Amino acid sequence: MDFMNSVELVQLADASNNFIYATMVILFIATISFSVSFAAGRRRVRRVEVSPRRVLVESSGSEVRESEGSLAELDPGRRAANIGMSLTWLAGAMLLVGVILRGIWAGRVPWGNMYEFSISSALGILLVFLVWSTQRDLRWLGLFVTIPTLLTLGLAVTVLYTESAQLVPALKSYWLVIHVFAAIVGGGAFTVGAATAGLSLISGKGWFTQLPSREKLEGLTHKVIAFSFPIWTFAVVAGAIWAENAWGRYWGWDPKETWAFITWVIFAAYLHARSTAGWKHQKASVIAIVGWLAFLINYFGVNIFINSLHSYAGV
Amino acid sequence: MSTTLPPMSQRGFLRWLWRQLTSMKTALILLFLLAIVSIPGSYFPQRGTNPILVDQWIADYPRLGPIFDSIGLFDVFGSPWYSAVYILLFISLIGCVVPRLGVHWRAMRSQPPPAPKNLSRLGGSTFEIEGEVATVIENARELLKKDHWRTVIGQDADGSRWVSAEKGYLRETGNLVFHFSLILILVGVAVGGLFGWRGNVIVREGEGFSNTLTQYDAWGGGRLSSAESLPEFSFTLESFNVEFERGNAQEGAPRLFEAKMIVDRPGVEGSTTHLVEVNEPLVIDSAKVFLVGHGYAPHLIVRDSKGQVVLDDPVVFLPQDGNFTSTGVVKVPDSEPQLGFRGLFLPTSAITEELGPHSIFPAPDDVSVFFGAWAGNLGLDSGISQSVYTLNVDDMTQLGLESLQVGQTWRLPEGAGSIELTGYERWASFQIASDPGKELALIASILAIVGLSLSLFIQRRRVWVKIGQVVEVDQVTEQGSSGTVKVGRVKVEVAGIAKASGHDAIEQVDNIVETLKGQTA
Ligand code: HEM
Repeated sequence: MDFMNSVELVQLADASNNFIYATMVILFIATISFSVSFAAGRRRVRRVEVSPRRVLVESSGSEVRESEGSLAELDPGRRAANIGMSLTWLAGAMLLVGVILRGIWAGRVPWGNMYEFSISSALGILLVFLVWSTQRDLRWLGLFVTIPTLLTLGLAVTVLYTESAQLVPALKSYWLVIHVFAAIVGGGAFTVGAATAGLSLISGKGWFTQLPSREKLEGLTHKVIAFSFPIWTFAVVAGAIWAENAWGRYWGWDPKETWAFITWVIFAAYLHARSTAGWKHQKASVIAIVGWLAFLINYFGVNIFINSLHSYAGV
Repeated sequence: MSTTLPPMSQRGFLRWLWRQLTSMKTALILLFLLAIVSIPGSYFPQRGTNPILVDQWIADYPRLGPIFDSIGLFDVFGSPWYSAVYILLFISLIGCVVPRLGVHWRAMRSQPPPAPKNLSRLGGSTFEIEGEVATVIENARELLKKDHWRTVIGQDADGSRWVSAEKGYLRETGNLVFHFSLILILVGVAVGGLFGWRGNVIVREGEGFSNTLTQYDAWGGGRLSSAESLPEFSFTLESFNVEFERGNAQEGAPRLFEAKMIVDRPGVEGSTTHLVEVNEPLVIDSAKVFLVGHGYAPHLIVRDSKGQVVLDDPVVFLPQDGNFTSTGVVKVPDSEPQLGFRGLFLPTSAITEELGPHSIFPAPDDVSVFFGAWAGNLGLDSGISQSVYTLNVDDMTQLGLESLQVGQTWRLPEGAGSIELTGYERWASFQIASDPGKELALIASILAIVGLSLSLFIQRRRVWVKIGQVVEVDQVTEQGSSGTVKVGRVKVEVAGIAKASGHDAIEQVDNIVETLKGQTA
């Protein structure tokens, strides 16, 4: 590689990092906006509750927002939520650029190590949320999406940062691209689903009176998981095809494979729980969160703590 | 929890047991159990994948190790308790889905049920349009049919007429396909386990291999696999290329390794040349040849006390770390006394206080080999077979330690002989495997994903269009000679439901209303 070329490459790396940092700053402000909105919503709910004339219509938080109509545009809580959404869109775009630059710099898909996988996963969470937000009003969910995304990015730039390098030979396969892409989208949706499942457990209690109703949140959780479960299934199968090509067996109970399987089985249990007569949907929400924890263990725990064939990619 | 007690009679009890086993609740619990019993398999090293680590674990915990071993914690996925869970789950699965097959078959061939008496209770939509009852009903039916609804027309006792329509049968079809595919996957795995085989072999550059049992370093096959009828082929490892990362990031990580192989197989004229890489195995009949590892084989010449050459060969050393610090053993039974060496091959050597001699880069930039030499009895004729990678020094005395670079010779103390390092070669290790069940498992997996998607994304819905009596007859005066014409106004009710909770048929109902209104407008 000649001198000019390597100078340009270094600039690309810096540019990618800068986009990631900028994303974090924007997401942080978005988080603050969503928090302001959240707090304002809470105050509003209380205000509404003390005014007896409006209690009947508007005692459950989510309907308050829907029914306030044009007046609501003047409401500081609503404005803050709108600012939060715009900033999240901006953050999503910046992160997309950052991830793409990283890929161009490395000369391959940006999924060669934990750092790259983490920034891609953060992008996955944001994309699932943003695309979904075009279908329905998800402003109330913003806070609970920006926080895990920020945490993921924070971990990525502090603990997991790795200089880019080429892929080790076992990772050079288009099945890698397919497998990891599916895992990132599926994992992003599991994360959003864990957020709605968690909220469904606390909705209506204490601080959380202005969230959508429990039933509504449980329905949303089911929708997200019904979306991500087939994708996760596909990711596991694509991983098996890749493993067959690389190691001569499609399934070997390597720790990473085992936890992908455990995650899959728990979400299958979730889907069953939703349609088992006599099972409270609240229990199903707990299963969804447990499934997401299994996904996290697979993602962080196995790479860092367990000796696995999969943990060769720079952490 | 259901509190029904099991019935007393034996048949009643069995039926009760079967119903429990095939209930949704049991499936749920077994799925949980399956997740839980898989966890130790990810935490403890497993015999199948990592026998060396297992032995080490048992050696490190001499009290717990054997106990854990006896309850199968080092072979979780082959243990009786693991098998019990998944076998029960699959019995439950079969018992659950087989009856549903018949139910679904009948549902697919039956007509949608009649419309409920009181549609307005379902929160549908009511409106009036102009037209005749029979035509509006027929129009509605055509409309629904075009949109792939299954329809039936009927009439209530009070004279009101309706279309009943249903859609989304593929949901249940998909669900059944998915669950049956899971069974097929299990069959595929079982076929692979019973008839499949795999073997490992290390081949040095320039050396050949032919596919018979005796040539393997290790070979394992399923209970019904046949070691006698391995596919016939042979190959020579012509050369082995490897490159390592020399930049700062992930220095020493492998970037490329490929084996150039010359393959002969029966029925194929002449030899063919193939490049085998990590993700690109060589396929020969039912077998696949995978490149799984590589290392160094220092070429050594050993002379005995009389100066006679007793060994002149490259000896395979096994890499111990990412920088290919490699260990190996040389046994020379044909000298008097017998000689044995333990060696440490360092492709790029360095010595530090804490690590001792070790390699700092995987490529052969600065090769040296450290030897410890022993003389005495190798114990080869004791009847117990020995690994070629371990040296039993019980009946031997140590002669000394020395490090050699290429071209150097070490004259052993007491005139016991000499060892010379003339160079080194590379070797590659191959896994050769045959899994006759993997195609079935793959096809079943694809079916499972397709079935799953149908089952999760298709909604089963019913809609009804109902017309009571003609509500009123308007007298409309037309501008013309013939005076008045009677035009009927009918009251139309449309309603729908979705079968799965959390879904509704509002959109479908709205669509039908829009179109019906549009037709007469
Ligand atoms: C190997 C074990 C099993 C796995 C991995 C599994 C997985 C799943 C999944 C992912 C779903 C949701 C997707 C769909 O609706 O098709 C589902 C649905 C269903 N499963 Fe299973 N299942 C298993 C065993 C069983 C067993 C033993 C039963 C019978 C007791 C059963 C009965 C059902 C039923 C009735 C549904 C449909 C629920 C609905 O309509 O929402 N499954 N299963």
